[in-house]
Amino acid sequence: MNDDQVDILISTILRWGVSLSATIVAAGGVWYLVESGSSRPDYSHFQEIHGISALLGLPASELMMLAGLLLLIATPVARVIFSVFAFAIERDRMYVVFTLIVLAILLVSIFSGI
Amino acid sequence: MHTAAFSAAIFAISALAGFLGSLTGLGGGVVVTPVLILLFGVDFHYAIGASLVSVIATSSGAAAAYVREGFSNIRVGMFLEIATTIGALTGAHLTSVIPVADLAVIFGVVLLYSAWHSMRHHGDLPVDRPDPLASHLRLNGTYPQGGRKVEYRVTHVRGGFGLMYVAGLLSGLLGIGSGAMKVIAMDQVMRIPFKVSTTTSNFMIGVTAAASAGVYLNHGYIRPALAMPVMLGVLLGSLLGARHLAGARTRNLRLVFAAVVAVMAVEMIYNGITGGLQ
Repeated sequence: MNDDQVDILISTILRWGVSLSATIVAAGGVWYLVESGSSRPDYSHFQEIHGISALLGLPASELMMLAGLLLLIATPVARVIFSVFAFAIERDRMYVVFTLIVLAILLVSIFSGI
Repeated sequence: MHTAAFSAAIFAISALAGFLGSLTGLGGGVVVTPVLILLFGVDFHYAIGASLVSVIATSSGAAAAYVREGFSNIRVGMFLEIATTIGALTGAHLTSVIPVADLAVIFGVVLLYSAWHSMRHHGDLPVDRPDPLASHLRLNGTYPQGGRKVEYRVTHVRGGFGLMYVAGLLSGLLGIGSGAMKVIAMDQVMRIPFKVSTTTSNFMIGVTAAASAGVYLNHGYIRPALAMPVMLGVLLGSLLGARHLAGARTRNLRLVFAAVVAVMAVEMIYNGITGGLQ
């Protein structure tokens, strides 16, 4: 695999990730608006939660939007995972290590509160 | 206000922010946050959570196009992402400790600086002395120009890496892409050609923001029903802006927009100092 092919595959991952997540968020959004009433949620006061599992009690339409957002956040992570393999195929050991460091930091962030 | 009307209003203003943000290179996310806070009375944490999500969407969408064109330097991006993600992780944790009033002031200052930076003229700086570290890390690269590949060398690797940590820190602290500072680290410090710097910055923003997003999710900054119209609006607006950019004379528009952004930045600082934001 040469650098140009790597570029094209990274581009494809990013494009599909964003398109798919935007579609899911939009579909969940339509569902949410259809069943929403006249009172809107209050965003003026912040309520801290501890871990993403606290969001699992949300209505199904909001969970669908959340799923789309999770897919969006996973898109750059998928790009990094792909890069690990791409550098490994190029036998570029230094950059395999760099990419694994970035991946580890991302995983620490995502699993920091669970 | 009904939920539907509220969401529609946020979608519209986000689309406008995304459109102008992509025309000026400021980015839609950094502009939408003060609008949500000052106009819609949204809490600071929820505003930066929604903005961060839109940052991931627009930067990944734009990076998809740029990477294919061959401008982005994947190795430079990958190496510097070590600094930006560690910075982002630090910054995202700091937001839950630092008082909102202080965060608002920091946000205003960064916004003012970004607006000023977007108006500056950009010229490529020559490499003053070769950095052996750049060769060792294989950071030197090429970019396409008129059917051939132009070679460039990278210098001041340590300085650039350090500034990238700060860029990541601000990104995590304020839920922004920190594109301006990433570009400065690459084109001013590391002397990477401007076009390579901006596209590589875009490539890095998504991963940097993802490092903050995990922390934001776990602390409850990201509310799906609020992030939905912001993300979709900014994404649509920036796609239209990128298309419009090709042929348009945008100088006056950029000046007006920079002025509007500066007013919002001052408003954020003022509110932070007088205690208008809690």
